[in-house]
Amino acid sequence: MRTVAVVGASLAGLSAARSLRKRGYDGRLVLVGEEPHRPYDRPPLSKEFLAGAIGEAELALERDDEDLQAEWVLGTRATGLDRTERAIRLADGREIRADGVVIATGAAARTLPGTEGLAGVHVLRTLDDARALRDGLALGGRLVVIGGGFVGAEVAATAYALGLDVTVVEAAPTPLAGPLGPAMGGIVSALHTDHGVRLLCGVGVKGLGGERRVDAVLLEDGRTLPADIVVVGVGARPCVDWLEGSGVALDNGVKCGADGRTTLAGVVAVGDCANWYDPHTGAHRRVEHWTGALERPDSAVATLLAGGAVEPGVPRPPYFWSDQYGVRIQFAGHAAGADDVTVEEGSTGDRSFLAVYRRAGRPVAVLGMNQPRLFTRWRKQLTSAATAS
Amino acid sequence: MMIPACRLADLPRGEAHRLDIEPPVSVFHTDDGELFAIDDTCTHQDASLADGWLEGCEVECPLHASKFDLRTGAVDAPPAKLPVRTHEVVVEDGMIYVRLSAQAPNLPPCISARLAGGPA
Ligand SMILES: Cc1cc2nc3c(=O)[nH]c(=O)nc-3n(C[C@H](O)[C@H](O)[C@H](O)COP(=O)(O)OP(=O)(O)OC[C@H]3O[C@@H](n4cnc5c(N)ncnc54)[C@H](O)[C@@H]3O)c2cc1C
Ligand code: FES
Repeated sequence: MRTVAVVGASLAGLSAARSLRKRGYDGRLVLVGEEPHRPYDRPPLSKEFLAGAIGEAELALERDDEDLQAEWVLGTRATGLDRTERAIRLADGREIRADGVVIATGAAARTLPGTEGLAGVHVLRTLDDARALRDGLALGGRLVVIGGGFVGAEVAATAYALGLDVTVVEAAPTPLAGPLGPAMGGIVSALHTDHGVRLLCGVGVKGLGGERRVDAVLLEDGRTLPADIVVVGVGARPCVDWLEGSGVALDNGVKCGADGRTTLAGVVAVGDCANWYDPHTGAHRRVEHWTGALERPDSAVATLLAGGAVEPGVPRPPYFWSDQYGVRIQFAGHAAGADDVTVEEGSTGDRSFLAVYRRAGRPVAVLGMNQPRLFTRWRKQLTSAATAS
Repeated sequence: MMIPACRLADLPRGEAHRLDIEPPVSVFHTDDGELFAIDDTCTHQDASLADGWLEGCEVECPLHASKFDLRTGAVDAPPAKLPVRTHEVVVEDGMIYVRLSAQAPNLPPCISARLAGGPA
């Protein structure tokens, strides 16, 4: 293999590039990224960076002395993958021929249709989004967060600490019920009300009010919430439109095997854009978590370098963390398959507990609030159970 | 300075013992029976490495997965970027002692600020 192109220059792309070099690939390595920035860390964008506790330099994902001997093509979008020529087409007209391709284009924040031109309306996915939102929050006032998922909840917590008046609107009856299940979703999202942040559940948003600048959020039940600033936190969609017609199978992201292999030889997918086959559950899943974007590229790269001849190891169960109102939330495993959740340690009222999700008596997931030590032990147990089965 | 940590018999393999000194230091007993001491606080944020995932001679931070080498203190990949200090471990009469490094620690920004008397 003489040229490998990595498309998407964020956590998963950088991790893939590192793995390529670590595994001894010494050919040409090209990293293509739509954003003009070098790889940076997204989790602090809703937390320490938004709060002003750290600056842009601290977001860097590369070490100062790190040199991957790569060509960086930044500030340009990939617009197509040509399977016969084996080339990546770029928006600026250039073309990169490559023997191996790593798709790492991640996900983009969903927006509310029809609100694009309205000032004071934000999404949060990129550094540029975070800069704009930080400037917006600095003006103070009333913030309405649309969507009670993790990113929305973290923005609410950060803005509350900055002194804003915050309301969170969630269409589902319970926030976070998807990832955590309804019982624990309710307990975690009660952090909002504990702190005097309003949480409105089970009501959709009809639209936004305001001429040039947003001044209200209009709810489907007829209520109007006055707002000086609005954050739309309604999830992300995988960035795979550029692959239409390329022969790479798409279905909620890039459909790929447990090792990242796609339907095209010499092409693998990693990170938030990859809908990979999970041997534990026998289904495909797309996981938008930091740790997966860090760890999984290594097996994809091994597959790429071996021409598809390696058996992937069993991945660790998905893990994510969230920090809200000074509480550390950690979760690992799959809540969806659980038929029972029990608090094993601590109490939910104290916001310090460990809960275990079981299916037919076997642990399938674990949730911790401010319990890192116990959480790590349980996460280890889950992992060894997963590897053994 | 030699600081008594705990009895060797009280620290099973695969476990860590934290010394509540400033800054805290932890002694790790690996599955292979080796003993190592490093600064307990991750250099990225305020997390205790004694709470982390011990595997071989590496401990993975319990929060964001940076791995530290117990032998050298080196970190493998961000979000943490700086190494932790390593300290010498001495066992005498069944008791574990730590001889503290004379180097300056690499504490995460939030803790350095607190120690300097600034906002936590
Ligand atoms: C605000 C925020 C907070 C988060 N907090 C947490 C947390 O606390 N814990 C946790 O586990 N996870 C968290 N996450 C999720 C985590 O950041 C992601 O899982 C991770 O960034 C995924 O990495 P990735 O490289 O797959 O994708 P991304 O980080 O989305 O990167 C993809 C890159 O590809 C580029 N790209 C897209 N299309 C193209 C194209 N056609 N051509 C060229 N380049 C392209 C994009 O510009 C982008 O830079 C958070 C995410 C956000 C946004
Ligand atoms: S606190 Fe250790 S890696 Fe973040």
